[in-house]
Parts: sequence; C-alpha cells; structure tokens
Amino acid sequence: MLKFLSQPVATPTLSRRRFLLTTSLGTAGFVIGCSDTRQQAGTPAANNEPVVATDLNAFVRIGSDNTVTVIVKHLDKGQGVSTGLPTLVAEELDADWAQMQFEFAPADVTRYANTKSGSQGTGGSDSIANSYLQMRTVAAAARAMLVGAAATAWGVAAGEITVVRGVVAHEASGRQAQFGELAAAAASIEPPTDPTLKSPDQFTLIGTQVPRLDSPAKTDGTALYTIDMDLPDMKVALVAHPPKFGATVREIDSTAASAMSGVLGVYPIAAGVAVVADSFWTAKKAREALVIDWDTSAAELRSSEQIISEFKQLVNETGAVARDDGDVDAALDGAAQILELQFELPFLAHAAMEPMDCVAHVTDERCDIWTGSQLTTLDQGNASAAAGVSKEDVHIHTVYAGGSFGRRATLESDFVVEAIAISKAVGAAHPIKLQWTREDDFASGYYRPMGLHRVRAALDDAGKPVAWRHRIVTQSFFAGTSFERMINEGLDPLAVEGAANLPYAIDNIHVDLQLSRVYLPTLWWRSVGHTQNAWVAEVVVDQLAKAAGQDEVAYRLELLGEHPRHRAVLELAADKAGWGSPAKTGVHRGVAVHESFSSYVAQIAEVRVSDAGELTVERVVAVVDCGVAVNPDIIRAQVEGAIGMALGAYLREAVHLDNGTVREQNFDQYRPLRIHEMPTIDVHIVKSAEAPSGIGEPGLPPLAPALTNAIARATGKVITRLPLGDQLKTS
Amino acid sequence: MKVQFTVNGESRDVDVPEDKPLLWVLREDLKLTASKYGCGIAQCGACTVHLDDQPVRACSIPATAVAGRTITTLEGNQSTEGKAIQTAWRELDVVQCGYCQSGQMMSATALLQSNRRPTDADIDAAMGGNLCRCATYHRIRAAIHKAAAALEA
Repeated sequence: MLKFLSQPVATPTLSRRRFLLTTSLGTAGFVIGCSDTRQQAGTPAANNEPVVATDLNAFVRIGSDNTVTVIVKHLDKGQGVSTGLPTLVAEELDADWAQMQFEFAPADVTRYANTKSGSQGTGGSDSIANSYLQMRTVAAAARAMLVGAAATAWGVAAGEITVVRGVVAHEASGRQAQFGELAAAAASIEPPTDPTLKSPDQFTLIGTQVPRLDSPAKTDGTALYTIDMDLPDMKVALVAHPPKFGATVREIDSTAASAMSGVLGVYPIAAGVAVVADSFWTAKKAREALVIDWDTSAAELRSSEQIISEFKQLVNETGAVARDDGDVDAALDGAAQILELQFELPFLAHAAMEPMDCVAHVTDERCDIWTGSQLTTLDQGNASAAAGVSKEDVHIHTVYAGGSFGRRATLESDFVVEAIAISKAVGAAHPIKLQWTREDDFASGYYRPMGLHRVRAALDDAGKPVAWRHRIVTQSFFAGTSFERMINEGLDPLAVEGAANLPYAIDNIHVDLQLSRVYLPTLWWRSVGHTQNAWVAEVVVDQLAKAAGQDEVAYRLELLGEHPRHRAVLELAADKAGWGSPAKTGVHRGVAVHESFSSYVAQIAEVRVSDAGELTVERVVAVVDCGVAVNPDIIRAQVEGAIGMALGAYLREAVHLDNGTVREQNFDQYRPLRIHEMPTIDVHIVKSAEAPSGIGEPGLPPLAPALTNAIARATGKVITRLPLGDQLKTS
Repeated sequence: MKVQFTVNGESRDVDVPEDKPLLWVLREDLKLTASKYGCGIAQCGACTVHLDDQPVRACSIPATAVAGRTITTLEGNQSTEGKAIQTAWRELDVVQCGYCQSGQMMSATALLQSNRRPTDADIDAAMGGNLCRCATYHRIRAAIHKAAAALEA
C-alpha cells in the first residue's frame, strides 16, 4: 500500500543506489559515547564500564561490548521484521548472530524511508523487499569500514583481512580483533560508495533459520508495548466515542465523572469526550459516569441489510473500468455456456489483540509519541498539525505493536491525533496514555469494507473461457479522507487489485468498479483488496473448470501459460497434497492460486462436511514463492498465521451495523479462530533466486477460495456469501 | 479498600477500589505488565494468571476477591513447568506480535502442572480460552508437547 503514499526522495541526478549511500552513510563517524541502557541481546561488557556505541551509519551501531544494533526502520507487529532486517545486516557484516540486537528507528524520513515509497512506514508486505539491498549495502559498507580500521591499525592490506562471525582477522600476522575494538576508528573511515555484496552462494545467514530477536523479550514479559508505557506523572485517558459514526456531542454532564476520586478532568475533543484519570480503571468508571447527549442527525443510521441493498443496486450500473481486453459483450453473445455468480462479503474488524493505544506528551516546543507507529511519516505529519509544532519537533518512539493487520496504518493517524488532542487539553504537566477498550476497538473503526461482486463468464464449446466480466461494488478507504486523490476517475487501485490483473489467458476481460458512498471508516485489512478478489476469481475459475468437465488444477495450468511462478506453486501444491490420488474417505479437496504483493501462493484445502453440515478443515497445503527466502521459519509462521486468520474470517467473522451502531463489540460476538479449529498446515517454500517479495499478507487470499471449492466438491453447494455461518447446516 | 495477597512469592498490600480487576491492580499498582488487557470480559485469555495454581482471567476478578491468596504472573512463572514452557516457546519461536503470549504461557504452564503428558485434545481443552489473532496455534501446540517431552527426559 505504501506505493500510493509516495513522495519524492531523490534528486533526478542521483541514482537510487547512489542516493541510499549518500544519505544513509551520511552520519558515519558520529560517536554517541553514552552509557547504553538499552535491552542487550548480545554479550554484556565484562566489567561495569559504560558501553560506548558508535554509529557506522544510520542503520548499524557497534557497541564497545561487541553488540551490533540494527536500527530497524519498520514496525514489528509480529511479522518478524525485527529479525529479518538484522539478518540482512549480519549477513553482509559477517557478524555472529549472537551479537545482533535491534531497536526501532525514530521518525526521520531522510534516513528511514521505505526505498520504494519514499515515506517511512510499514505495509504492503514490503519490509524485506524494500530493505533487501539497502540493508545489505549499508552492512557491507560498515564491514569495509571495520576492515579499513583494522588494516590501518595493523599496517596490512585490507584485502588480506577476513571477517568471520564477528572476528576481524589477519592470518599472516596472526592479529585479530572484534567489532567493538575497531568501531571508533572505523567511524572515521570513508565508507565505500559501492561496496561489493555477497553472491547468494556466499550466504551463511540468509536462507537459514536464525532465532527471532524478539522471542526472549516476548516470552519473559519484558517486551514493551504501548499499553505498558509508564512515564513520570503520566495519566490514563479513555474516550467516549460517538455511538454511531458521524454523531456529535450536543451536551455533556460530567458532574459525576469529575467528582470521582482520581479523575483529573473531562475534556471534549474532536473524537468524542476524553476522561483523564490516574488509572485505566478509574478512567473507565468515570467514562461510564458521563452523561452525553449525542446528536445523531448527521450520523450513519443504516443497517448492514440496507447497505447490501444499496450495493445490489449499484452492481447493475457500469463502473470505472479497471481492465478492458477484447470485446466481452460479443464474446458472451457467442458463447456455448455462460456462468454468472454474485458474491457478498461483510465488514471485518482487524481486532488486533492490543486495542489501539498511544502515549502523547505535547509541550510548547515539542510533541513526543510512544506507540506502534506503522505509517511513521504520515503519523509525524498528522501529529505535527494536531500538536502545532513542526514535523521535526514530533518525536515518535516506536514500540512493539500487539498486532495490526493494517489497523495501525490509518491515513489520518486517528488514535495518534486523538492522544495529541487529549495531551493538549490536559497540558504539559502530564503525559497521557490513550487506551481504547476492546469495545472502542470494535465499535469506533476501521473495517475491511463490505463487497458485492458479480462475475459473468463464458466458455466456448471446448470448455475454454472466452469472456470474463467482473463488477466490484465496495467502499474505498480513500473516499472522504485527505487521500481522496488516490481515486482516479472512480477507480481505486486497491479495490481492484487481484481482479484487474487476473492472470488467466482469456481474450475478453472486463473489470469495473462501483464505489459506494462512505458509510463508516474502512481500511486495508491483511491483504487488502485481495481478500475479496482472490475469493471471487478463484471460485469462478473452479466453476468454469467444472462446467468444462476438466480437472481444476489442469484447467488452471492450461490458462496460466504466461505465468510460470503461478504454475510452479500450483504444480508443487498439487504434488504435495496428492491431488492426483483420491483423498481419504469423506475428505474433499479444493484448490486456489493467487499472486499478491509480488508473491505467489497456491493452497489446497482438505475438508470434511458431516451429514449435519458441520465443516471440519483437516489440512491445508500451502506452497509459496516469495523470492529469496530470508528466514524460512518466519515465512512458514506467517503463512500458518495468515491461514488461521483467514479461516476465522471465513467461518464466522463479520461486523454488522444495526441502525448505524456496530453490533459486535467484543470477542463474545466477534469470534476469531481458536486453537481447536486450526487445521494441519503444510507450508512449502519454492527455492528461488528472485528478489524477495511479501510474506505477511500473501498467505491469506487463497484460503477462502480453496475452502469454497472444497466445500463445493463435498456438498455441491457453492458458497457465495461470507462468512459461512450456518449455511451448510442441514437441521 | 486495602487488600493483601501474595504475588510471585511476595506478600503485597494494595489500596484499590473494591471493583478494580486483578489485572489492572497487577499492571498499574504493582507494575507487573506481562499480563495483558485484551477484552475485559474473560473471552481472550491475554490476562491469564494463576490463582492458587489455577489459571484464571485476571480481567474479570476483582483484586479484593483474592485477598490472602496466591497469584503467579509470567514474571514469576518459575516452576519447573513454567520454565519448560518458556524455553519451548523460545526454541520454537512461537511468538509473532507476542501480545497474547503471556496468557498463553500461563495457561500452558497450568496445563502441564496438572497433566505432564497432555494429548492434543487436552491442549484444545486447556488452551481454548486463549485467543491468538496471529494464529500461532500450531507452534503453541508443538511447544507444549516439546515442554512436556523435556520434562519427561
């Protein structure tokens, strides 16, 4: 998604590569020289001398205790980037994994921008993809500086020096040193402008299973999330949000709330009414004591049923054209068979385990923010406007996020701006921690939008598809925001991703988009438009294969002639799942293949449906091609998790509006997958020399169609409305 | 209201509102933040701690209701089973976002304390109250089996 948030990063006279080096190595030689009290993952200093940290560039910091701290420019919300980026650095630095540690980068777009978007932030599954060459390059430069320092100190040629697992050595003279001893001198060495990178056959860490750097802190309770922040004089804030989207405060009676012991004050802000107190519990009790008269005259008052009715009108109207190959109308006229299916998808909640939260402290001079900041440059800009200080005076301290799935990446920085508004109202005497409750998290935005899709496809008399018309009705995330410009003549690229680029060889394809009105705030939800479009496309293709009387895998392979990576994952999945041989009695298989975020994933689901209509998902075989697999174990974890999340959504997740109020307000009503429902998952990774591509999201889209296709084989019923709910129940 | 209980082996006295949940007393009054808030209604398990060795949802028990009793949080999860669980969690890199994992490990520890050789069905029954939105369930299961095997050895 970040590619849509672009801003210029380099002057036209500099190549990107050159630009990266000149900016990211520009701080070489800056010795911090302070006592380092950060979490130490490496070997501690042998005595009590303060650790001196030396920045060799913006990303690589060497401690006098031989630790290598990688400044991680992306938020780790579980996807493992705080291990992935240090892996890239350690590889080219020839460091020992045991000496590696990390910290999150501050907000500074001049040093920590995404190399593709130019904006600092995390999303679009491209953290490894955009960092792959950058991290390796800065690490190779840092290595050259350390080697240069050793060469000078020892009076030997740099070319005779080796670096192996953190030890810099000169074999002929028998000299050796560790990074910590060399760092200060290395900092004054001019970094090479174009350091040589390893060839893949020289990799010793990339492609191996290095342990996650965040595992120790996340298993002993010391990992710091926003909710754990505790600053001197800090107060806790809860906000009474409007009960319906667009409602405003008409009148507040805060007498009872304000009188409660421990309550600092009640503050009307744009987002609602904030209650600030000495603890979460006091703030929550005080919020319950508020009497607020809400004006709902301009609020959204529709129910989900009305919204889907409006979608069903819109699907009959021509939309903005996303793709137009050949002549679909003519092809449909002359076709031997026509198939039409209409699909419905609900609003979904991200429901990250950590409800949204943010610590803010605004003073006259500066604004400090502690949160799991995902779109950091945007957050910084929005915070600057909200706080009334310059962007440079907005200091974002990124901490671990207890999940996101897109939720922490809002274009308007909603909860960050909310925290700043409260901090301004409270004044500089107290930093405030805004804490949303689970109910706030479900009821106050944002959501994967609802969707209605209609596909009309045609086969010739040989069973070959000759026409494909796909109309999408959904709400754009950008509509009604300051990013409305992302919608180009009615076309939101994120709403049609995975549909407009249908990979199958069909001569006549027409894909168009009807954007609905804005009902409530919507947002990217893990894999974004692909959550809808992969399901629709892969279910229809399966039905076309059935109509043609052909095997579903063979049919797809035939139509994927121009797409070898699709074909390869599909063929391997079929092989691994035993597609060609019968499944166990009562077990039925379904297949899907989809590319998203430049990665290719095929999945084969094995399901059982009882006579009573109880669905059991027994196994999912997943094959992924995400280019060079930097950490295969984390890739497997991401695919397992994506499948689990997708399965929960498929079975029963939905957010409903009842007269504008969100029905599902906690986990008793919105029920993600639980452990006993997790199928066996076999993940296979295609060996690839292609550049690394996404893995946080691509495992999700194929699951829904693979399941639908398996259920269709088991029952003859094609599911076209999600979630599944009790649609299979016979009693 | 004044209340005394034992937390991670130490006697603690706090003066808190009568209805303040144990979770928030642990987190705010005792600065033990490993136990997390996820739902407030005992549906997600992120706040799981041990009350006299039984796993409970600290978000839904007033601290004043546990006066005189013994509470263990992840910070003090030092039993043989607790250590085995945390070791297995690290060895298998179970965590993703990590937010629910304190509660997961406390539920898993309690399981092993009552059942040294849990079956998959036992794990389903014991862990069904702990949500993981990252769906790390495979590794949670594998880590419990691994910890159980380590305790056998």
